[in-house]
Amino acid sequence: MTPDYKTSVSRSPNYPLLSLQSSDSEITGPTFGHGDIDPIDNDLLRNYAKTGDPIGERIIVHGRVLDENDRPVRNTLVEVWHANAGGRYRHKKDTYLAPIDPNFGGCGRTLTDDEGYYIFRTVKPGAYPWRNWVNNWRPAHIHFSVFGTAFAQRLITQMYFEGDPLIPHCPILKAIPDARAIERLIAPLDLNATIPLDSIAYKFDIVLRGQCSTFFENRPEGN
Amino acid sequence: MVQSLDYLKETPSQTAGPYVHIGLAPGAAGFDIYRQELGHDIAGPNASGTRINISGTVTDGFGAPVKDVLIEVWQANAQGIYAGDGAVEEGFRGWGRVVPDFETGLFSFDTVKPGIVMGREGRPMAPHLNLWLIARGINIGLNTRMYFPDEVEANAVDPVLGLIEQPVRRETLIATADDAGYRFDIRLQGDRETVFLDV
Repeated sequence: MTPDYKTSVSRSPNYPLLSLQSSDSEITGPTFGHGDIDPIDNDLLRNYAKTGDPIGERIIVHGRVLDENDRPVRNTLVEVWHANAGGRYRHKKDTYLAPIDPNFGGCGRTLTDDEGYYIFRTVKPGAYPWRNWVNNWRPAHIHFSVFGTAFAQRLITQMYFEGDPLIPHCPILKAIPDARAIERLIAPLDLNATIPLDSIAYKFDIVLRGQCSTFFENRPEGN
Repeated sequence: MVQSLDYLKETPSQTAGPYVHIGLAPGAAGFDIYRQELGHDIAGPNASGTRINISGTVTDGFGAPVKDVLIEVWQANAQGIYAGDGAVEEGFRGWGRVVPDFETGLFSFDTVKPGIVMGREGRPMAPHLNLWLIARGINIGLNTRMYFPDEVEANAVDPVLGLIEQPVRRETLIATADDAGYRFDIRLQGDRETVFLDV
């Protein structure tokens, strides 16, 4: 429970979580293949374009999905969603007065490659207001959903952009008590990966829980 | 100074927010973008076993339905095998995404009843579904399990149910039978709060 993020007050369990040792139920998870998605799905500039390109700052968001042991998480599904350049979501429940962009859907998905690498092309989302305190604004952010290889690795998080002055004011970010952990959600500008005269790039690496093969219990050789 | 253990740190979780459907269930958000949305079919037509329907609501600390929740399901097939962990029927995915009705908060999905899964140290786990809940106001996805009311014997020796110290809380993980199949209500907080798992 993080009371400054008001919705958490009535949606957080009162009792502690029950800790489990992992069983097959937790160490397995769904897998996805290239038959499940289309190559254009990671290009948000084109995957909902009807009459032209979406309006906004053209960006590339790329990085690697790793586990805590620094090993790439291969062939895992990465899904993203975010608001348009004006901070408006294409969602029937979003009533913010900034307009919908007719050429922008706002979601994408891709599979990591053998190095755990992923890439998206999109427009940079705008900040938007939300009803928490009367004057709360979310920093620009991209929602990420990552699977990993085990259902216990399932992660949903948000990526923020280096230098955004709204970051220190956000109650949702401050739900994370450790300032260094917050930094791990802020993607740096990556000039090396920009495409000159085309798109700016940000790099966002994602770390999922580590996976070791079981020591001693059923495999005497360990890893 | 002692040596440091140079593991990378897990990326922190953040809430999925109110518009999670845009990314994970765009049809529910009100638009059509992908050739196919993932997670609609947990058990394909070839899956063996008993076809079942599961419905329920997720409620908050006031007992009000959480209408913007998204639930993911992960389950074994009727033989207790997880997809990817052995041979399962073609088209059996074992994974799905469930979005409740935005007006009522009622969710409903169809699948097959899973079999007994072998747990740690060769102890069988009673048939169960693994559920993962995300929503606005939930900072980190909540894991829980749904067990079946007609598996009294298996439930009695289930190693996870057995870990719950207070027997009255075990009941929060056991669905009830209803006309359509099973009813499983999840209470995030307060009276008869559902047991959530740190997996």
